Amino acid sequence: MKRLSWFNITSLTVGFAFLYLPMVILVIYSFNESKLVTVWAGFSTKWYGELLQNDAFLDAAWVTIKVAVISSTLATVLGTMAAYVLVRGGRFLGRTLFSGMIYAPLVMPEVITGLSLLLLFIGIGLDRGVLTIVLAHTTFSMCYVSVVVSSRLVSFDRSLEEAALDLGSSAWEAFRLVTLPLIAPAVIAGWLLAFTLSLDDLVIASFTAGPGATTLPIKIFSAVRLGVSPEINALSTIMIAIVTVGVISASLISKRNAVKAQKDARAAERAEA
Amino acid sequence: MMRRFTLIAVPYVWLLVLFMVPFLIVFKISLSDAALAIPPYAPTMRDGLATLLSELDFENFVFLTQDDLYWKAYLSSLRIAVLSTFLTLLVGYPIAYGMARAPDEWRATLMMLVILPFWTSFLIRVYAWMGILSNEGLLNQFLIWLGLISDPLVILNTTIAVYIGIVYTYLPFMILPIYAALDRMDTSLNEAAEDLGCSRMQAFWLVTIPLSKNGIIAGSFLVFIPALGEFVIPSLLGGSGTLMIGKVLWEEFFNNRDWPVASAVAVVLLLILVIPIVLFQRNQQKQQEAEQ
Repeated sequence: MKRLSWFNITSLTVGFAFLYLPMVILVIYSFNESKLVTVWAGFSTKWYGELLQNDAFLDAAWVTIKVAVISSTLATVLGTMAAYVLVRGGRFLGRTLFSGMIYAPLVMPEVITGLSLLLLFIGIGLDRGVLTIVLAHTTFSMCYVSVVVSSRLVSFDRSLEEAALDLGSSAWEAFRLVTLPLIAPAVIAGWLLAFTLSLDDLVIASFTAGPGATTLPIKIFSAVRLGVSPEINALSTIMIAIVTVGVISASLISKRNAVKAQKDARAAERAEA
Repeated sequence: MMRRFTLIAVPYVWLLVLFMVPFLIVFKISLSDAALAIPPYAPTMRDGLATLLSELDFENFVFLTQDDLYWKAYLSSLRIAVLSTFLTLLVGYPIAYGMARAPDEWRATLMMLVILPFWTSFLIRVYAWMGILSNEGLLNQFLIWLGLISDPLVILNTTIAVYIGIVYTYLPFMILPIYAALDRMDTSLNEAAEDLGCSRMQAFWLVTIPLSKNGIIAGSFLVFIPALGEFVIPSLLGGSGTLMIGKVLWEEFFNNRDWPVASAVAVVLLLILVIPIVLFQRNQQKQQEAEQ
């Protein structure tokens, strides 16, 4: 049994307090009666009620979810294809450029990505709206998806695929019936990552959104610029709650699957013996 | 054969049209004149190649060097990015170290606690500090209650708030690679060093730090690169005195509507970023080769 030294206990406690206290404070003050966010005036849920009556926020939330669902789904398909090309594609003309275009958006400052896409949309005369945000989000999140999926494809036992091909399945069948189920956890993780990146994005959406389509981060940003408000605290609390429940349940499910896989492996060993 | 072609072509064309071409447009507009028309730039895409080449000029780049707002903004972004990377390392290293030395059954939970903020909205995490750092904010209330200060400190809308914001939001990027490096490390090496007469402190500096070097380098780049072009943090936490190039680009574009200058600012920022990005790639490659 390893024991933590006092130094380690202190650094962990202080470190995690630093990471979590600001969010805890944010959540606590969303239940504050007073309009002044810094003065505690008793418990109340009235800001949540006002939030539900604020049509501007609800509309923006709806646009954001729509954009996130469509763009993350597109990004997952394109990103998985790109990962497959990177890992299994072999040599083809312009391969270096291709892998460069996959990695570059990951390190590109958002202001530059946003600016360049906006200039493209204006250049080709595409009206800014939901479609342009979807195109922008798909482009940068497909790169994240392809990094996640390709790391799984690299460590994947290729002989399984070859066996399927030897047994007479077509390349597409081998992919659908053998490869896809095996890389599914990475594909799902990629989708979730793309989804949260899209939900989160302020800068690229600000460049590519038109007057008719405002996303939630754009709305929050313009409200927050004027100062702290309890309504935004309430909204943040809802978003933090959704993410926390999502991440914790995802990790519990993957833990359960891991335990089950271990059990199956042990059962298989016993059966062999 | 056809299928392979489609598989390669679809993501390839997508990235060419929506990543490469926009980029070339920025490059081209940075070399064109500002015009009053909307979109406010000339020449347009419909011009022939010959006129395009003859109208190229570097006046926007010359303008960047003449107006000291720009090079001050680049220098101040660099300074803020370097210093905040260093501060993030100072805060992140002890946490990563504590995690790596924690009992095995805690590790998964600690790991999740580090990753969880990463999934939470960036904007909300920056916003959370606005209520804490303001003049009537909780930090000032707390310090006055303690009796340490009698008048509130002005922190919000200063560069100090920007440092706090960057350290806070990018901390997971620093912790994770350092934790990965420390986790792989063989602790018996430290014991050997201590047996051979090193103090614990010496063993830490001479054994632990060099062995976690790759994690430190990777974490530093992961913080430095996005911090340099940061927009949200300086615009919410920083004041008018905080110059950062991401904010300058934004204002040039949305407030002044000077697209050629905004594009030139973007091109220069990218040129500055190429160096750390190449160094980072090389470090990652070296690490991968070492593992194989």
